[in-house]
Amino acid sequence: MQQRSLFARQPSVLIFISLLAVFTIVITVLSEGFGLGLVSTSFIKILGKTLCLCLIAIAMDLVWGYCGILSLGHFAFFGLGGYMIGMWLMYERTKDIVITSLAGAELPATAEEIREGIGTQIFGVVGGAEIPLVWYFADSLFAQLALVVLVPGLLALVFGWLAFRSRVTGVYLSILTQAMTLALSLYLFQNDSGLRGNNGLSGLQNIPGLTHLPQSVVSVWFFLASAFALGAGYLLAAWVVSGKFGNVIRAIRDDETRIRFMGYPVEAYKLVVFTLTAVIAAIAGALYYPQAGIINPAEIAPIASIYLAVWVAIGGRGRLYGAVIGAATVSLLSSWFTGGQAPSIPLGFYTINWVDWWQVLLGLGFVLVTLFMPKGIGGLFDRLVRKDAA
Amino acid sequence: MNFTTKLRIAGAAAFITTTVLTHAAYAQEETIKIGVLHSLSGTMAISETTLKDTMLMLIEQQNAKGGVLGKKLEAVVVDPASDWPLFAEKARELMTVQNVDVMFGCWTSVSRKSVLPVIEELNGLLFYPVQYEGEESSKNVFYTGAAPNQQAIPATDYFLEELGVEKFALLGTDYVYPRTTNKILEQYLKDKGIAAEDIFVNYTPFGHSDWSKIVADVVALGADGKKVGVISTINGDANIGFYKELAAAGISADDIPVVAFSVGEEELSGLDTTNLVGHLAAWNYFQSADSPINAEFIKEWKAFAGEARVTNDPMEAHYIGFNMWVNAVEAAGTTDVDAVRTAMYGQKFPNLTGTEAEMLPNHHLTKPVLIGEIQADGQFSIVSQTEPVPGDAWTDFLPESAVLESDWKELGCGMYNTETKTCVQLNSNY
Amino acid sequence: MLRFAYLLIAAMVCLAPAHAQEGGLNALLETHRAKIEKPSRTTISPVLEELVDSQLPSVAVFLEQWREKGVWQRKSDGRFFFVKKTDNGQLMLIDADTGAEAGLADQSELTNLNPNSGVRAVIAAALVQFQLSDPDPARRLQALTALARDANQSHLSILQESVEEEIDPHIKARKERLLRLLEIKFGSDQATRVAAIESFAGDPGVDARAALNPLVATSVKVFDAQPEGVNVARTLTPGSDIEPGVAYQLLVDAGKARPIVPLAERKRALIANIKDGAVAGIPVAELASQEARDRAYLALAASGAVPALVSRDEQRSAVASQVFAEVYSEPDPALTTAARETLSDISGTVGFYRFVSLALDGLSLASIYFLAAIGLAITFGVMGVINMAHGEFIMIGAYTGYVVQQFIPNYTVSILVALPLAFAVAFMAGVALERLVIRHLAHRPLETLLATFGVSIALQQIAKNIFGTQARPLTSPSWLDGAWALNDVVSVSYIRIAIFVLAVVFMGLLLFILKRTRLGLEIRAVTQNPRMASSMGINPDRINMMTFGLGSGIAGIAGVAIGLFAKVTSELGSGYIVQSFMTVVVGGVGNIWGTLAGAGMIGSLQKVIEFFNPSNTLAAQTYMIIFIIIFIQFRPKGIIALKGRAAGD
Repeated sequence: MQQRSLFARQPSVLIFISLLAVFTIVITVLSEGFGLGLVSTSFIKILGKTLCLCLIAIAMDLVWGYCGILSLGHFAFFGLGGYMIGMWLMYERTKDIVITSLAGAELPATAEEIREGIGTQIFGVVGGAEIPLVWYFADSLFAQLALVVLVPGLLALVFGWLAFRSRVTGVYLSILTQAMTLALSLYLFQNDSGLRGNNGLSGLQNIPGLTHLPQSVVSVWFFLASAFALGAGYLLAAWVVSGKFGNVIRAIRDDETRIRFMGYPVEAYKLVVFTLTAVIAAIAGALYYPQAGIINPAEIAPIASIYLAVWVAIGGRGRLYGAVIGAATVSLLSSWFTGGQAPSIPLGFYTINWVDWWQVLLGLGFVLVTLFMPKGIGGLFDRLVRKDAA
Repeated sequence: MNFTTKLRIAGAAAFITTTVLTHAAYAQEETIKIGVLHSLSGTMAISETTLKDTMLMLIEQQNAKGGVLGKKLEAVVVDPASDWPLFAEKARELMTVQNVDVMFGCWTSVSRKSVLPVIEELNGLLFYPVQYEGEESSKNVFYTGAAPNQQAIPATDYFLEELGVEKFALLGTDYVYPRTTNKILEQYLKDKGIAAEDIFVNYTPFGHSDWSKIVADVVALGADGKKVGVISTINGDANIGFYKELAAAGISADDIPVVAFSVGEEELSGLDTTNLVGHLAAWNYFQSADSPINAEFIKEWKAFAGEARVTNDPMEAHYIGFNMWVNAVEAAGTTDVDAVRTAMYGQKFPNLTGTEAEMLPNHHLTKPVLIGEIQADGQFSIVSQTEPVPGDAWTDFLPESAVLESDWKELGCGMYNTETKTCVQLNSNY
Repeated sequence: MLRFAYLLIAAMVCLAPAHAQEGGLNALLETHRAKIEKPSRTTISPVLEELVDSQLPSVAVFLEQWREKGVWQRKSDGRFFFVKKTDNGQLMLIDADTGAEAGLADQSELTNLNPNSGVRAVIAAALVQFQLSDPDPARRLQALTALARDANQSHLSILQESVEEEIDPHIKARKERLLRLLEIKFGSDQATRVAAIESFAGDPGVDARAALNPLVATSVKVFDAQPEGVNVARTLTPGSDIEPGVAYQLLVDAGKARPIVPLAERKRALIANIKDGAVAGIPVAELASQEARDRAYLALAASGAVPALVSRDEQRSAVASQVFAEVYSEPDPALTTAARETLSDISGTVGFYRFVSLALDGLSLASIYFLAAIGLAITFGVMGVINMAHGEFIMIGAYTGYVVQQFIPNYTVSILVALPLAFAVAFMAGVALERLVIRHLAHRPLETLLATFGVSIALQQIAKNIFGTQARPLTSPSWLDGAWALNDVVSVSYIRIAIFVLAVVFMGLLLFILKRTRLGLEIRAVTQNPRMASSMGINPDRINMMTFGLGSGIAGIAGVAIGLFAKVTSELGSGYIVQSFMTVVVGGVGNIWGTLAGAGMIGSLQKVIEFFNPSNTLAAQTYMIIFIIIFIQFRPKGIIALKGRAAGD
């Protein structure tokens, strides 16, 4: 009953899932790792990363488009997810290297020597050698996977509880979330944070235990995993917004005071949405950074989260597929324009190099979309669908 | 609903066709492609755009001379936008989609560390033109900037011997280059008999602008009667605020000299240097170096980029690196990475300061160390110049690095432990 | 022929330096040519001594010229000259000894001697005796500066003599102070030295501390019994005053105990003693833990193959049998006691001034934040919209200042032109933004945030395309160079003072506009209740536009100010935007006093945290933001909350 009503209320879910499946299969077949070799590994990686960005855009849409909380901090959760998985990837890979190199020594290595070797390898470049306490669980994949969910989830829970409890709303909340992101990124920028400061964690594309596989294969695996996560995230989000819960959070977005007077615990609802989306963002980040290869505090800088909001706005908020469209369009365009492949336009007196003008175009694009397409690109689809139906 | 479906399929198809087409189109090219991987936007654009322009000029000049192996050179410029993960993405794209034969690029260490796993996986070739913290020697990277023993250590010696500095303030931006350099310097100073409490270390964020308190702290260091010197690894535009505060506080170079490792002609062009006269910088090249090749190079650069532009050390590094690569390709008769790499060892090319640079088997250059005092016109007056010093990938001043050696020619290893006589790893740390 | 004669004399000079003066300055220079060409701080002193000892009248001039990089060397024969520029671009050579003109030369035939600053300091010290009683006060001051940097025993008597002759009261005071400092260092009489030391009580000067601190420098020494005949600062109890490990190492260094075998050495010993795949009977494969290695080492030690380990008990008893004490390197207890007491008195004064300095730093930072944020606070308060492009208006102001300086070379005039112009340009940009974008988003405040963010990144990139990515100079007039210094601890640069004044002026101006003008009345009305205001005949559109322009214009002014003390780049504004938001939110929206309170709190807080953690500025910023997040929990509407529209949502 519930299932039927979900698809009935959200017809886009079925379309989206099937499209995603078709897209994934086609790309896999065309990939270098598993098929015809028509799509390059570097493009697979870009697509895989884009899918992760679509997933966090869905989270953003849920928290902003449906619940009305303009969070400018969701990239912090995304980054934390990346850091948590990155610690395991880096630790285990380094451990393999250290064990291999110590195997040739005259005396068999002690556990302390291995730890010391790992410490020097990982932290040597940032002027240290000790393995900090935050890496305590780094040798266990299971623990780090749990932390991917737990650390950002807890942070969101505590932060959300503090903020919602004191009734910080609207623009104030946006600035507060932005401050949180800034504080986190500044904290991670410090060398003493134990996460390699500005350098961050790198070499994440080499998966420990799978180093014999070429990147063309690994990239397809991650692409598939990202597609699966996006599909699952979409389903979850659609389920959340289609039920009674969805109605309440939409009502909170439209008139918070009224809902509070009707007796709903507004703060609890908001806290649930905030934390849930933080966890989705963290999972997206944990899938994203092994494909990007490096995570560092600059990724968490406040501007990233603003971009996220802009993607959702461009795609059309309050529609899950809108978020996906927005994130995919902007990030793919961005990658194309900065890649040097876009042809320059000579105007005689001046040549437009897209590398120089792409940011201007992007910025003005935001302005135009907000001014003239308040419902975003997704809004166009709505109009077309209506005409179709009529 | 039908329409949306169609549109989506069309969209997906469009992505795929573009990719396929780009593949096909580039297979037919007759040129030798050179990837230029420098940030043109974001925080590092301030330094890196100059290097992109330098590469374009060098490629243009080489094409005017007839190119390489009878083919024209073609620059492929991408913009990694000071976004470190994007460096890895763009590097992969350059190598696999654009099929470039060599890349010139990166500035910050973190961008190099981001690119390293990709080029090592795909066996690419990167020329890295900036002074850096060392402790690395990748098979696929040629380091044409200074290693610490070619910049930091000689400058510290100059402080100790020529200026008689007894107490050191190591000021740096909080990232890997200052951290590692300061770690090496701290050890070096302790070996030289400087007590730990006479070394003051401070790290500030990128783009820091509020320097009054730090400058005051440095002045207060003089309270125990020892001569204070500042070794600055402050990066990028934060320097401007730092020097303005220094000038405002009236700190004369005769009282508290400052030697900087990241401040060159380019950075000084952003400020009025009349109050900074006498403070120092250590590089392997200054625009004021007195040699005919340098005069020629400056003339060409000003003609290419504009009269107001200045030259600096990383530009010289690209100049040497590019010419060595051209010669190595001519010697090898191919642009194949392994052949070029082998041909690179022992390549010699005159540098702009009047001596000769040689590529060593550890992928570093021999470079002279120059120390210059800032002048009122924003140029440096050279007060000390050494003979070319061979670059050392692994520093001798840290116990864990002292046992390591890099020799890709004989040992075929960039991280060889001379104590255990084993190759620690073939790939790099990243 | 003459040159030959000079050479001959020079050769004789080498043999008999006492008669150096007979050959004149040039011959003397010729003797030391190599060292003068490539001087070093460590090797130049004997040369200088000889020059000074020759008592030639031209030596002082030569040294002065040399220090000022005014000495040139002729490449052909290596002779040293001074030069004078002539009209045709050639240089007129001037004999260093006689001051006579010695013919023209091209610049390419000469090299300029370029002594480094270490050498220049030594030259300056050698010059002191000539300059200290020079009729020119500037020279006398130069000599004092050189003395303050680098003085030796011989200077004490010279200075003493010159103090009495000094007529200029200001210079005399400096000389007297310097004399007391030199007496502390080099004085021979205990009573005078103690008196000199005590005279500096409460003096916060760095030079005073620099003279006193070496007197109380101590080192830890080991004694067999209670030390006698040395100046002991205090005895140390191992375990509480000194780590037992450190104490034992001291014993080892003094040759009074057996060295501890370090881990790495033990490992090496094990490797050296591998026999048939086993160490002391333990198979190598089992040595994969430290415990097993220790066992193997002990077994080896028992057989005498390697030095035995030093047990804990042995260390403890060795340490207990000795006396550890901090010993002054200065043997005279009267001096050290006086110095210690004076220093502790000074540290009280310094502590006080440090607090003053911290407060001034905080005030200066607060005024910068205030200038950057006040425009934002006004627009935010009146219109309830967030302008993400505010930082770019700051940038526009800074670039306006830069462009003005390209056209008006006089820095004073250009700044005076730049300030109103920056206001005007940013005002117009603000009005344009309001009319084109914000007006159409009047009822969607959160979307204004996104649209203005778009404007922000577009403006940043446009600035990059126009001005390039390099930082551009914005130079302050020379009367803003330097700093106001109360003493060596408290000093504030004039630029910061100017920014503070600017902030005060604009605060006054804004208060005046808001409280005393028609526009201000209307702005306040719209802020409190826009609908009511419009029904009273106020046109809210016009007010919004004017307010936005005003806020942006002030951002432009802030841009000039920030450009003067930091840098002008396209990213200048984005560095201040988040801070500005926080200032506004902490202070309370739409209220000048609120912004003032917010800026004051954030500025001083940041400085206080920096004070506690001086080696890590990043940490200070992090903790400050966390503090703000917590603060907002308790005062969600800021320090000064406003009633009206802004308070409604």
